[in-house]
Amino acid sequence: MGLTKEQIAQRIAKEVKDGYYVNLGIGIPTLVANYVRDDISVEFQSENGVLGMGPFPFEGKEDADIINAGKQTITTLKGASFFDSALSFGMIRGQHVDLTILGAMEVADNGDIANWKIPGKMVKGMGGAMDLVASAENIIVAMMHTNRAGESKLLKECSLPLTGVKCVKKIVTNLAVLEITSEGFKLLERAPGVSVAEIKEATQGRLIVPNEVPEMTL
Amino acid sequence: MINKKVASVKEALKGVTDNMTFLLGGFGLCGIPENAIQRLVELNIKNLTCISNNAGVDDFGLGLLLQKKQIKKMISSYVGENDEFERQMLSGELEVELIPQGTLAERCRAAQAGIPAFYTPAGYGTEVGEGKESRVFNGKPHILEHAFEADFAFVKAWKGDEAGNLVFKGTARNFNPVMCGAGKITVAEVEELLPAGSLDPNEIHIPGIFVQRIFQGERYEKRIEQRTVRKRV
Repeated sequence: MGLTKEQIAQRIAKEVKDGYYVNLGIGIPTLVANYVRDDISVEFQSENGVLGMGPFPFEGKEDADIINAGKQTITTLKGASFFDSALSFGMIRGQHVDLTILGAMEVADNGDIANWKIPGKMVKGMGGAMDLVASAENIIVAMMHTNRAGESKLLKECSLPLTGVKCVKKIVTNLAVLEITSEGFKLLERAPGVSVAEIKEATQGRLIVPNEVPEMTL
Repeated sequence: MINKKVASVKEALKGVTDNMTFLLGGFGLCGIPENAIQRLVELNIKNLTCISNNAGVDDFGLGLLLQKKQIKKMISSYVGENDEFERQMLSGELEVELIPQGTLAERCRAAQAGIPAFYTPAGYGTEVGEGKESRVFNGKPHILEHAFEADFAFVKAWKGDEAGNLVFKGTARNFNPVMCGAGKITVAEVEELLPAGSLDPNEIHIPGIFVQRIFQGERYEKRIEQRTVRKRV
C-alpha cells in the first residue's frame, strides 16, 4: 500500500534545496541522490571521508580506495574532496552538513529514534548514526510505516535501544509525510490513494490530523 | 632527516606481545594495514584488544585474527558482514564495545593531540551514555569520552618517505591519519616508500613526527567489499 521505496526517495528529494550539503544513510536514503533536481547544486557527504560523491563507477573503473559509507565503490564529482574520519565527524558534529537522511527501525512521537540494535537478534552497531542524529539540525527519516508483521513503526515510545533522543524532525513513509511536534506526529501529506483512516490505523503514537491533509506530489 | 625506515614487516612489528592494545586504521576493508595484520596472524599473539572501526570480513582483514581467536576484545562502531565475529560475540567468547563512529575518531584524535577527554552529544540518552559523566553546554546535554590508550597503532598510507611522512589516497584515508601518534608506537605501511625529499612538503597529510616505523608492504590485495557499478549507455 502507498509508495514504493523509490517513491519515498523521490518525495524526500523534494526536501533537498540548492546549496545543501547532504548526508545520506544506507538503504532508501541512498536512492534520494537519483531524484534530486539537476538544476540545483548539492553535494553529498559520506562519513567515511568524501564530499562530492558521484554515481557508481562504470564497470572496470572501480577503485578499492574510493568507497562510500556502505562500502560500495563510487566515483567523485567536480569539486570533491577527501578527508579523515575526525574531520568528517567534525563536519557533522559542527553542523556544517545541512540535511541528514537516514533509515529507522522505530521512531517515537517525541522524535526519539532506534535503528542500531535488536537485543538478542541483531547487533551490527551504530556506525555514524549516533553522531549524526545527536548533532544534525535537520533530520529526515525514510522508512516503511509498518514492519513486516504489519505493526506500526511510529510509536508512543521506542521499544528498541535508542540511537538518539528527540532528534527526528520529519518522517517520510510509504503512507505519509509527518512532522514531529510537541504534541506528536503531525500529518502533513498522504500518499496517493491512501486515506487518513489508513494512516491512523498504522500509527501507534499520537497523531495530529489537520482538517485538510493534501495528497503528496512526487 | 630522522630515518624511520625499517626493512620488513617483521622488523616493524618487533615488540608486539600478548595482551596488548592496538589501533588499526581502515574503514571496512578500505585502507587497512594488510601486511601488519598478516604478520600479527603469523606471530599468533593472543588476548589482544583491537580498536578499529570495523572487524573485517570472515576471511580478510581483522577477520583473520578473529578466526584464530587472537582477539579478546574489539572496540568498533560497526561489525556487520562477519559471521565468525557474530558467533564469537553471541557466545560470549569475544568482548565487544560498540561506540559511535565520530566518537571513535575523536578518541583517536584526542590521544594523538594530548587531550585526555572531551564532551560530545553523540550517544547521550542511549546505552552508550550510561554511566558516563554528562554536562549541558548551550542547553544541550553531552557525555564525557576519553582518549584511547594503545601500545601500537597500525596504519596504512598510499605513499610515504623515509622520514615517516605520509600521503593517503581517496577514502582509504579514513581513520589512518587520526591513529598516527595515538599509540605508543605507530607503524605505517605504505604502497610506495620513497627517499626523503621525494614528497612535496605542501602535500604531506601526516608529518613523520607521528610515525616511529615505516615500511613498504610486500603486496596489497585491496579487496572490494561491495563492488557496485553502473552500465555504460
